[in-house]
Amino acid sequence: MRDGVPEKPNEMATDLRWPAEGLSRIPDWVYTSEAIYRREIERIFHGFTWNFVALEAELPEPGSFKRSFLGPTPVVVTRDREGVIHVVENRCAHRGAELCRAALGKATELICPYHQWTYDLAGNLAAVPFRRGVQNQGGMPNDFRLEEHGLRKLKVATRGGVVFASFASGMESFEDYVGSEILRDFDATFDGRTLTVLGYYRNTIPANWKMYHENLKDPYHATLLHAFLVNFGLLVAGNKSAMVVDASGRHGTMASAKPPDGPNVDSAAKKEMRAFSANLRLNEPRFLDYVREFDSPWSVTMQTIWPNFIVQRELNTLGVRQIVPRGPHEFLMIWTMFGYEGDSEEMTRHRLRQGNLMGPAGFLGIEDNEAMRFVQQGMDRSRPAQSLVALGGREEGTTEHIITEAAIRSLYRHYRELMDL
Amino acid sequence: MSDGRASPGLRELRLEIEEFNSAYAAVLDAGKIEEWPHFFTEDAIYRITGRENADAGLPVGLVYCEGMSMLRDRALAIAKTTMFAPRYLLHLMSNVRVLSSSTSGVINATANYALFETLVDEKTILQQVGRYHDRFVRGAAGLLLKERICVYDSLIIDTALVFPV
Repeated sequence: MRDGVPEKPNEMATDLRWPAEGLSRIPDWVYTSEAIYRREIERIFHGFTWNFVALEAELPEPGSFKRSFLGPTPVVVTRDREGVIHVVENRCAHRGAELCRAALGKATELICPYHQWTYDLAGNLAAVPFRRGVQNQGGMPNDFRLEEHGLRKLKVATRGGVVFASFASGMESFEDYVGSEILRDFDATFDGRTLTVLGYYRNTIPANWKMYHENLKDPYHATLLHAFLVNFGLLVAGNKSAMVVDASGRHGTMASAKPPDGPNVDSAAKKEMRAFSANLRLNEPRFLDYVREFDSPWSVTMQTIWPNFIVQRELNTLGVRQIVPRGPHEFLMIWTMFGYEGDSEEMTRHRLRQGNLMGPAGFLGIEDNEAMRFVQQGMDRSRPAQSLVALGGREEGTTEHIITEAAIRSLYRHYRELMDL
Repeated sequence: MSDGRASPGLRELRLEIEEFNSAYAAVLDAGKIEEWPHFFTEDAIYRITGRENADAGLPVGLVYCEGMSMLRDRALAIAKTTMFAPRYLLHLMSNVRVLSSSTSGVINATANYALFETLVDEKTILQQVGRYHDRFVRGAAGLLLKERICVYDSLIIDTALVFPV
């Protein structure tokens, strides 16, 4: 479809043809095709991307480890005796067993439970039981070298207490990968204070993993789907807001500023928002207070860092979300909620109370998850068609208004190039 | 209680808690979420959290309510503002254990629960299994929850947990 792109494999050329209208359409097969999914794993998750795997706070001391994922692929994140963080594939070099089973823990070495092949915390193979056999019989061949059979090692980058990994060698720095505009809001959240993990949520969503990015690049939905935000003045059409997109088109920051004096909804906007009801009042309005603590003009920033990472700074409730795809039709979300070392007990409780907004039981989280389920079911069950992504015309990149799908188009410009579509 | 058998007084109390839990389940299973706060004291704590958090002493709540006003706000938000697919919920509660009953009137108890969820045109799923960790006090009209911490073993929520458990 793009000029100069060579002939694609048959399936791509015949069945998987991008609509002629271009970026204002997204064909269903992007969300439903097994072939597309396999290509995404190879080119995106296993390709030139930095993927979130852990917070440093989850690896507080030498010997700490965490079971994690890079795309769908299981990995182990470790901190060795010198304090260095390593990321290795969670697959024994011997028979392929997923050897690390605990979510988090402490160990001096990684031992596969099947035949007790033993690796150091950097993933180097340290010992193979009965390597020389018994009574000169059996054992590994003489040319077997421990150093050739370690766990597969990944590249590691850290910034602000967040750990990323990549299967690709020759990766650019994390800073170059996300770009300065995205980095600014990332640094506002990860501002040098030590993080304290407050706990985890995990949920599946029966939808394609890309929808989670798109939902957070779609500021249009926030004023319509999330009646809670609208009624209680957190986000309404007309608030100061922005949808920031990096130069590559793949990362984004959805940002808004809570008006100091409550909702400022003019009557024309109210008419557009069926969700708005002037009669609803919270019994505990303090729940939505914003305690200023960040070097940022925004009270809310939701960052999508391609391909598997979300940074949630919703007023004072903070969390990171990891996307673990499980085929084209489902993904797992792992939420790690956090605060900062030095938070007062009252501040921690404020963060926890505000946590009611987010997560799979959150006032907003429920609605996002339900909406993504509905979209996937629409695509899976109805006749093949395409999405219409035409709000804001043909504009792409950063916008300072929210009735637009410009950031989704930017993502798909990047995606189509990467995927040869 | 140490040998697992209850004295007649505690047996009576266990029956009372079972009746309380049945009434609590009936309200939620009927979708009458705005009546749900009536089971709690004014200063009640209500939290739903995964067993991985409870075991590690991590304070986060999937639902985290401090006091009646937050319970009522959750009920209000779910009843009036939240979009979700229509569903039936069915709770099974069992294994009620009275752990202690103090002279100050606080009763510590646990119970197991299972929550089944049924959406239109979908098979019923087991949304959660878990355990209530409860502190009851006696109000004018019977028992009230001063604290209910719902700790679920089934760590992966299927899509969304819309109603309290």
